[in-house]
Amino acid sequence: MRTAIRIGLLALAAAFAASAYAQEATDAMVKRVSQDVLQTINSDPKIQAGDQARIREVMEVKLAPNFDFERMTALAMGRNWREATPEQQKRLTSEFKTLLVRTYSGALTQYRDQTIDYKPLRADPNAADVLVRTEVIRQGQPPVQIDYGMEKKDNAWKAYDVVVGGVSLVTNYRDEFTEQVRAGGIDGLIKTLAAKNGGGAK
Amino acid sequence: MKLRSLFARWWAIGVGMALLAGCATTGPTSPADPFEPWNRAMYDVHQVVDGKIVKPVAQAYVDYAPKPIQQTIRNFFGNIDDVFSAITSLMSGKLDRAGNDMGRVIVNTLFGIGGMIDVASDGGIPKGDWDFGLAFGTWGFQQGPYLFVPLIGPTTVRDGSGLAVRFYLGPVGYVPDVPARNVLYGIDALDTRAEALSTESVIDQAALDRYTFIRRAYLQRRQYLLYEGKPPADKEEP
Repeated sequence: MRTAIRIGLLALAAAFAASAYAQEATDAMVKRVSQDVLQTINSDPKIQAGDQARIREVMEVKLAPNFDFERMTALAMGRNWREATPEQQKRLTSEFKTLLVRTYSGALTQYRDQTIDYKPLRADPNAADVLVRTEVIRQGQPPVQIDYGMEKKDNAWKAYDVVVGGVSLVTNYRDEFTEQVRAGGIDGLIKTLAAKNGGGAK
Repeated sequence: MKLRSLFARWWAIGVGMALLAGCATTGPTSPADPFEPWNRAMYDVHQVVDGKIVKPVAQAYVDYAPKPIQQTIRNFFGNIDDVFSAITSLMSGKLDRAGNDMGRVIVNTLFGIGGMIDVASDGGIPKGDWDFGLAFGTWGFQQGPYLFVPLIGPTTVRDGSGLAVRFYLGPVGYVPDVPARNVLYGIDALDTRAEALSTESVIDQAALDRYTFIRRAYLQRRQYLLYEGKPPADKEEP
């Protein structure tokens, strides 16, 4: 009996510790991940020499696991998402992921010499959806806000949107996706995305 | 003066033709862009002129002009922008912003050699970014139709009107010596274009259709600025 209580208490303590870690995690996580990525960008000799493939590799390993690409694709697709078959959804997500990782690495390298200010998180401790705010300080120009929309999914925080200076990387695609779907259907959009990704690699 | 009246006339022609083009359209993809066919044509004109002349010059400027000179030029024109940021903040009743921007102007003009050094930023007074278009926005004016204007880029009826007011008020237009004035206009334009180069490379990487991407980004950005970082929720959420 005593052992059972002890185990129960231990489990409770562990749960508390885990949740406390999760609270602290969102803003700290954004900071840790982006600093890690920026540090790699600034110290990797291949990247310093302008090796785009290496930048993407770093992004793929360090950044991509922290994003919920399926949610991002669904947001960008709007109402067309539900029209897509599971197979189409899978392909859309995979192509969009490639495009986003490339775009984001391009955007991040623009700011690599600047100071990033990580704002303290102001959110309900039990919230499952938070906005982490950061700010890039630039000399002689207004600062640029980079905000991360994050959601808790299966007990892990994942970003589903990156908002640069008020421009959401995800919703910015909505008009384009709608246009493509209207012109060539969902398969047409998949084809366009694949062509864009293939074209960017050369 | 000549350049300014030319701008005004050309602006009027542009808006007039955009309205005409709008009448002929059917089924625009975005309700914010009723003149899309006209705008796309203007976008194509812009691509040619910009790609053949303006962009290469701006790129050469960024690549070859000494960085301190580029920074000095940016600071100088930025100081003038700060004056207008202060005035338009005041017009919007945003006293904190107006005070911040006026403080910048005073500090940079007095201690930064007439605005050539951005002492204020180093001292922790961040640069403001208010303008006439935003001031009109706080007075309740809606954006109105989206417009793409060659050499100027994305704008709307409201923001474009704000830009016209800003352009009309100068102060470069008050420089009495005509060649000196034109040089100043040229440098200002070059600096503005150069500043956009880095954003542009991201857009090139990101966009499936640059026209649509730029439109959406522009409208999102302006909405975000107007609501000072807290725009009302997007109604199109699925």
